Amino acid sequence: MLSLCLGCRKLTFISNLISGISLGGIYAVIALGYTMVYGIAKMLNFAHGDVIMVGSYVVFMLTTKAGVNPYLALVISMVACTLLGMTIERFAYKPLRGASPLAVLITAIGVSYFLQNAAMHLFGTQAKNFTSIINFEPISLAGGQIVISDETVVTIAVSVVIMIALTLFVNKTKPGRAMLAVSEDRGAAQLMGINVNGTIALTFAIGSALAAVAGVLLCSTYPLLSSTTGAMPGIKAFVAAVLGGIGSIPGAMIGGLVIGVIEILGRSYISSQMADAIVFAVLIVVLLVKPTGILGKKYVEKV
Amino acid sequence: MKTKSRRLGKNTKNDLITYGIVIAAFVVAEVMQATGSMSSLLRGLLVPLCMYSILAVSLNLTVGVLGELSLGHAGFMCIGAYASSIFSVCTRETITEVWIRFPLAILVGGIFAAIFGFLIGIPVLRLKGDYLAIVTLAFGEIIKNILGSVYVGYDANGVYVSLESESSLAMGADGTLLINGPLGLSDVPLDANFIIATVLLLLTLFVVLNFMNSRSGRAVMSIRDNRIAAESVGINITKYKLIAFTLSAFFAGIAGVLYSHNLGYLAAKSSNFGYNQSIMILVFVVLGGIGKMRGSVIAACILTALPELLRELNDYRMLIYAIALIIMMIATASPKANAFWEAHSLKKFISAKKENKPAKEVQ
Amino acid sequence: MKKSMKKILAVVLALTVVLACFAACGKNDGGETDNVIKIGSIGPLTGDNAVYGTAVRNGAELAVKEINAAGGINGMQIEFKMEDDVCDAEKSVNAYNNLIDWGMDILVGTVTTGACLAVAKKTAADNIFQLTPSASGDDVVSSDNCFQVCFTNSNQGSASADYIADNALAKKVAVIYDSSSDYSAGIYNSFKAEAAVKGLEIVAAEAFTADSKTDFTSQLSKAKNAGAELVFLPIYAAEAASILKQANDMGFKTQFFGCDGLDGMLDIDGFDGKLAEGTMLLTPFAKNASDDTTKKFVAAYEAAGYADDELNQFAADAYDAIYIIKAAAEKAGVTKEMSASEICDALKGAMTQISVDGVTGSAMSWKATGEVNKGPKAVKIVNGAYSAME
Repeated sequence: MLSLCLGCRKLTFISNLISGISLGGIYAVIALGYTMVYGIAKMLNFAHGDVIMVGSYVVFMLTTKAGVNPYLALVISMVACTLLGMTIERFAYKPLRGASPLAVLITAIGVSYFLQNAAMHLFGTQAKNFTSIINFEPISLAGGQIVISDETVVTIAVSVVIMIALTLFVNKTKPGRAMLAVSEDRGAAQLMGINVNGTIALTFAIGSALAAVAGVLLCSTYPLLSSTTGAMPGIKAFVAAVLGGIGSIPGAMIGGLVIGVIEILGRSYISSQMADAIVFAVLIVVLLVKPTGILGKKYVEKV
Repeated sequence: MKTKSRRLGKNTKNDLITYGIVIAAFVVAEVMQATGSMSSLLRGLLVPLCMYSILAVSLNLTVGVLGELSLGHAGFMCIGAYASSIFSVCTRETITEVWIRFPLAILVGGIFAAIFGFLIGIPVLRLKGDYLAIVTLAFGEIIKNILGSVYVGYDANGVYVSLESESSLAMGADGTLLINGPLGLSDVPLDANFIIATVLLLLTLFVVLNFMNSRSGRAVMSIRDNRIAAESVGINITKYKLIAFTLSAFFAGIAGVLYSHNLGYLAAKSSNFGYNQSIMILVFVVLGGIGKMRGSVIAACILTALPELLRELNDYRMLIYAIALIIMMIATASPKANAFWEAHSLKKFISAKKENKPAKEVQ
Repeated sequence: MKKSMKKILAVVLALTVVLACFAACGKNDGGETDNVIKIGSIGPLTGDNAVYGTAVRNGAELAVKEINAAGGINGMQIEFKMEDDVCDAEKSVNAYNNLIDWGMDILVGTVTTGACLAVAKKTAADNIFQLTPSASGDDVVSSDNCFQVCFTNSNQGSASADYIADNALAKKVAVIYDSSSDYSAGIYNSFKAEAAVKGLEIVAAEAFTADSKTDFTSQLSKAKNAGAELVFLPIYAAEAASILKQANDMGFKTQFFGCDGLDGMLDIDGFDGKLAEGTMLLTPFAKNASDDTTKKFVAAYEAAGYADDELNQFAADAYDAIYIIKAAAEKAGVTKEMSASEICDALKGAMTQISVDGVTGSAMSWKATGEVNKGPKAVKIVNGAYSAME
């Protein structure tokens, strides 16, 4: 290590930073799904990570077993995840509307177990090696010392596009504004003639479609695909959403990037065993300084 | 004043029923064991059932009484398990009487968990709601992560700690390895048994139920119901929150002691001390009824035994378990189901028949 | 009120549980008169590590079918039952107790080390003969009723270091291992100790955990920057496949070297076999090996219709385990009249006297400590197939 020149070290740092941003971009897309569902349905959808896994499996099966064009497979996977998300919402969460948020949390965990075990039965116990659907030449900088993979470029671009599109959708369109209204005050929104159930279902549909995209991005960069693939990235993305301020769309984006970069840098420069512990430690410190996350709304308690 | 004393009486009666159920279950189990009519599976489950009940009751203290969502309960269990197991392994030669060593181990496990509960509680309890939940999850994961990969050994010169490998401890030739990284402690004395576990469960229930009826407990509940009102009548919010949180961690630590001394083997994995385990304990609490200790015990027993009883289903076991979990939750918590149960409640049926009075006011 | 309905529900559920328990008690009374020997097994059939348990079940079932068709052990037919433990020690003990209720005579298990350590205490107390196909922790066989089919971790780690040093494959070695896995950390620990003896320099020792096994770029770039001539991967195939792909993406070309965990990598669905070209592994079993025993086993496995990507060294170990039991039971003259404890005593003595030719080694024999004597084969992936090396 000592023999490395300062310049090399700087280059290593930059390539680590790029890996971090790439990982962060994936977390951000997952976190966007989390944060939307939380903001509108006021529930922690722990099954979100498993919808990601389902989305990846759909693409994997279509491309390797049926020879479908990867981009078409992505679209089919988005549709499948949307339907899955809406089905889950209809049968597992909707009956509990009005019940304690904890009850919904537990049901979400049940759904998560169900999806993981169902996937194991359908797709086998051995992990798959996901074939990246993104295939163009990686970008080479500094005479080949820094390689930015094609997946990284696409991940970052896609996450930024999704964030902008979502922000526009929520703020400029009618269904989007209905979402804002429902998240602000469900009762009042209903009185104003907004279809609350429909809005919540729409939120789940969008969140699940995003999960399909996130799944493909995740597995294209990190090809290990098994029935528990979505679980830990799901939790990390949840952490990211909280870190950024849960319910906030740009917050999810920032939170995701921060978590991704810290994870990679922590692993490279502090300890590879403790990478997760470092991520969680940063979360704790940030929340103690800013108790509602980086971009979280400060709420005033009324007496 | 009259109404107050009657209410207390009702509480005491309710608590006695809870103890009664535990003692009755204990007697039934002992009789079954004595007559040899108990399956090995159930015999092996006795201590875990008590352990999970203790975990559920102690978490219910945080979730139900204090009103804060904690997703790091398994972390305290992990600390209790490690502290007590190290104690037991180190003192196995010096304290040969189990009846002295094990109670001491229980105390060590509980106190260590309580210390960490206190230290973690100071920053964490300043947060609210889901933010608090995620920070407890983070602490739980850090604890599991560190204890799951640490190597600890000792020799004549002192104690060595490394996160990397056994050889980087660089102990002398007389060195003894205490914690072997992810392999943990492979030989913890098997000191736990059903009688001690039942006593510990009763003790946990006794302390928690009495705490709820005590001055401190009422202060804690007043914070849960209305923090600002509680503050305005001069209740020290931080102090009472910390008391409840530390007590909860203490009993989680005791459950950890039971865990390792029942298995004889201890390693921190995602399956036993990760966030999944914390969430499982939370499931017991929510399904059993938030703030209801008896419900926690019953739910913990049912949900621990259920996957074992579903073994006949082979590979579909966990799939069915997941569906059962969703159905149970919807059947107990959804507003529609509640209305249905209210309309068909046995109590109402009986009271309507006996007294022929209009149904009681629904709360 | 809400309370009353919960009470009813709770009582109903509690009754169901109690009744189910009684039902479970009643079941184990019959069946003793049949001319069968009951072999139980425990391993993860659900959860993250389900592939290993499933492979063991496939391999064991295959051997049981073959032996039963050929007349069984000493005229007794084998009844085989595998219980799930989700790779958790506590659940594993539950699974063990369940098998005891079923009337198990011999335990082939458990599949994973952590669970095995907990179950080994129970089998020692109950005096049940235990032969683990794949739990490779060194402490697993500490009681005298417990034997291993696989190598111990320390054995694999030092053998790997010896092989690398003796064949002068590299001087500067990097290791990427799973610090949360006892298998991986165990091999790494003994590799590190032996490497120091053999004069290998470990330039980077990078870990990952079960919770963060997606991204390996930082571990790989550390290995690359440290100038590693060889990367040692004491891990399982699925993670290794991911590492090879990410190494390729970042333009890191080096020699990869692994242990028996890497076997099965070429059959991972979607994995580009070209990436594994040149990878070496030290393994007792290689699926694509050309010797007759392996070929016969693989053909039988595929004919039985099990999933191809679940065929790995776990399946081979389990297949051998059943045949080892058969050899030992025949040597000891086990009969149906013997109790499980008597069978255990008889097999304990027989194990040190037998020599078994199996898929995972020829002329395997056992020390009284429970460890196996057999030699690993070094294989190299050439043109998408394993080829033996000297």
